[in-house]
Amino acid sequence: MHHFIDRRANPKGKSLGNRQRFLRRARENIKKMVDKSVRDKSVTGADQADGEKVTIPAKGIKEPFFANSPKGGFRQHVLPGNKEFVVGDTIPRPKGGAGGTGKKGSEDGEGEDGFSFTLTRDEYLEILFEGLELPDLVKKNTVETETVGTRRAGLTTAGTPNNLNLVRTMRNSLGRRIALQRPSSLAFKALQDELASLESIEDESEDHTARIMELKEKLAIMDRRRKLVGYIDPIDLRFDTTVPEKIRSSRAVVFCLMDVSGSMQEREKDLAKRFFMLLHLFLERAYEHTEIVFIRHTHQAQEVDEDTFFYARETGGTIVSTALTKMREIIDERYPTDEWNIYGAQASDGENFGNDSVKCKDLLFDALIPVCQYYAYVEIVGENDEKLLNNREEGADLWQNLREVDQTFPQFEMRRVAEPGHIYPIFRDLFAANKEKAV
Amino acid sequence: MSKLLFDGPEWTFELLSKAHDAIEEIAIEDLGLDVYPNQIEIISSEQMLDAYSAVGMPLMYQHWSYGKRFARDEALYRTGRQGLAYEIVINSNPCISYNMEENTMAMQTLVMAHAAFGHNHFFKKNYLFQQWTDAAGIHDYLAFAKNFVANCEERYGIDAVEEILDAAHALQSQGVFRYGRPPRPSKEELQAMQRQRDGYESQQSVLELWADNTRRARSDDPSGEDIGLSERRGKMNLPQENLLYFLEKHSPILQSWQRELLRIVRYIAQYMYPQKQTKVMNEGCATFTHYYIINRLLEKGLISQGAYMEMMHSHTNVVLQPEYDDPRYGGLNPYALGFAMMQDIRRICEEPTDEDREWFPEIAGNPDWKTVMRDAWANYRDESFILQFLSPHLIRKFKLFMLSDDAKQPNLVVSNIHNRQGYRNIRSALARSYDLAYLEPDIQVEDADLSGDRELKLTHVVRNGINLDPANRDEVLRHLRRLWGYDVSITARDSGSGARISHASTAA
Repeated sequence: MHHFIDRRANPKGKSLGNRQRFLRRARENIKKMVDKSVRDKSVTGADQADGEKVTIPAKGIKEPFFANSPKGGFRQHVLPGNKEFVVGDTIPRPKGGAGGTGKKGSEDGEGEDGFSFTLTRDEYLEILFEGLELPDLVKKNTVETETVGTRRAGLTTAGTPNNLNLVRTMRNSLGRRIALQRPSSLAFKALQDELASLESIEDESEDHTARIMELKEKLAIMDRRRKLVGYIDPIDLRFDTTVPEKIRSSRAVVFCLMDVSGSMQEREKDLAKRFFMLLHLFLERAYEHTEIVFIRHTHQAQEVDEDTFFYARETGGTIVSTALTKMREIIDERYPTDEWNIYGAQASDGENFGNDSVKCKDLLFDALIPVCQYYAYVEIVGENDEKLLNNREEGADLWQNLREVDQTFPQFEMRRVAEPGHIYPIFRDLFAANKEKAV
Repeated sequence: MSKLLFDGPEWTFELLSKAHDAIEEIAIEDLGLDVYPNQIEIISSEQMLDAYSAVGMPLMYQHWSYGKRFARDEALYRTGRQGLAYEIVINSNPCISYNMEENTMAMQTLVMAHAAFGHNHFFKKNYLFQQWTDAAGIHDYLAFAKNFVANCEERYGIDAVEEILDAAHALQSQGVFRYGRPPRPSKEELQAMQRQRDGYESQQSVLELWADNTRRARSDDPSGEDIGLSERRGKMNLPQENLLYFLEKHSPILQSWQRELLRIVRYIAQYMYPQKQTKVMNEGCATFTHYYIINRLLEKGLISQGAYMEMMHSHTNVVLQPEYDDPRYGGLNPYALGFAMMQDIRRICEEPTDEDREWFPEIAGNPDWKTVMRDAWANYRDESFILQFLSPHLIRKFKLFMLSDDAKQPNLVVSNIHNRQGYRNIRSALARSYDLAYLEPDIQVEDADLSGDRELKLTHVVRNGINLDPANRDEVLRHLRRLWGYDVSITARDSGSGARISHASTAA
């Protein structure tokens, strides 16, 4: 008695629970490594698609057991493949002192120093954004609905006649007729005509009769063949098919605004990059569908693609309001506010032209902040500018004007950063769960 | 019409079934195997990894260490540094074997002969498995264990469960009975014991008078054992080699669910213990069986030359034994040693030499090698099997030699080689190296005075001066303390002289 069972279709990830427990166990260490990877990585946007390889110290996840020490004492080893040894030969002790076989060291194949494995993208983000939650997510979540539509999903062999796909059906039919050598109606007709013309001639000769008989026989075969091999057979039929599909209306768009004028050097851009990357990663996790719009500006603003945004060079003055105007234009054009959750993220070095800052404030007040779920402004200051870092009161024209916005709108946030290490904590702070903001 | 079971690399369930029946015929009728009914499951590589992480069991409770193992195996597999096994087989009734879907039809045939008949027969007939494991009940037990652990996690929190399981896992290899089961008295015996205890009780008062005097008289003698000790030792069944059993029964702080967790870990450790003791024999039996079967299949014209070549290719890889100076060398290959020994037994039966007649008078020239083989499979474990059947012929073939490694000497010494003087020494040394009771540290509970200082005292009997690895030891002691609730100490004593070598304790 025996039987075979096909287990391949069983749900995968049987050990998912074990993995979660493992990650939980090593959480502290993993978290340290993830934080480090964010700080150290040169950011190119969404490069975490394949998950993140982390190496954590083996210390917290060791499984100790009573083991014999590899050193000391008296041991005997039996080994295969003696070539020239005779009794009494001496062999220098192998280095490392593991005694002869040298295989006892790592029972479960793990080094003393570290344990490497790969976090999936989801696990990476989960750990990266632990304890953070999206501000005001609830509000828009309630109106986000998923409607069900249909999407074409290829062909099936069964269906209703109104879904019959004629082209495919006929193609199959033709192929089958050729393969099975069904006589075409033309050939059949030609033979019939020939027979008719022969029969119309009054000829009693043997040849003639034989010819007629032959034709009749041929026609009979053809006719039978045509009946056997149908013109259209059920196996030819193909029907269009559709599957129901969720259509998402929970969508978010992130506007990344950055000053790329001459005053923004490599360091400032790098900091801004990290800020945008984190925001984008976070939103991508929270929303089913996110889009990202890059607007760079000098004294004029442009919408650009990601590469251009981060890597192309541009010179010119600095007029921040141009970017804000551009953002409003794009919203009006493409992102109706009743369908999209709009997020703004702006990075600048705090410099602005003349009295443009007032204009910025007005734009934010009237046109932008009311339609935004959240707007974050990050000002990048010099590494040694502790005065600015520690004191929110001080600052240039733009900072002062934005502070007014900050005081009016709870969904507006502003922060200063000076080094890569600042980005992540500040980011956490911006989106911290249960944030209480003094208005 | 061709008699071939299959032709071509693709397998289907019909072909598998056909091949299974052909193999079964040879295995049962020809080789005389006795097997549990087979349940052969086809799984994907990912499921194989899953099975790896759960120590090869079809069901397992959840624990982070299995997740760690999975992460490691997956990394090794994905980077191509480690292949996956073709099959995993479970000692259960019905006998479940997992075959990988990637295998070709030839490989599936080989794997079935190997696992579904070779291992299966061994599980069913070997005395260790018969005496120590319950093949019919293991699935139910694992299902119970999984549910029990999950319920505990729900009720007491993952951390609380993890703490106990971590500690229990650390003591796994001290969680087995090596020599005898704990007494499982029947009802009548229990009553008899009760009566005996009652009788003992009445004598007790007399005894105590006597004991008190003795104690007082000897109290200034530091080497003397007090009478409390011997009483405790009797009550707690000391010395006790099974630490998990001891903690389960006598730990003063554990709650009943925690004791049950210990029992689960202990039960599974005990279930696995025969497999650890029979690696060479188990693999040897399976390899010998598949080798015999595929040759019979070829002789009967049931498989093509091509399929046979493919199987032989895989077979030769499996039984490869690199020599000690080969970079691939990683100890003696249990497949190679087991297979070679069993082939050798057949040879001794069929074409004995004078030397064989001298060494193996009972089996040399025995016309029925199959019975000899089945008897060997049934009644030995690795240690005794090698001690009984490793022939001088094989020692020469493997060119075995023995190295003595005395830490007091600067160099290693070649103490025996494959010559007349060396055979017996090599054979017994090799046998000993498969004796788990000898390999694993001998640690026993010596004393625990619950009405005194409550310190759990362990003794480690040090053989040949090989002490415990201190870092590991101290961590396990901390785990032990968690389960015991009070301080735990371990004293290492030399096996010969009884002299104290070292002492470690959780008390600072």
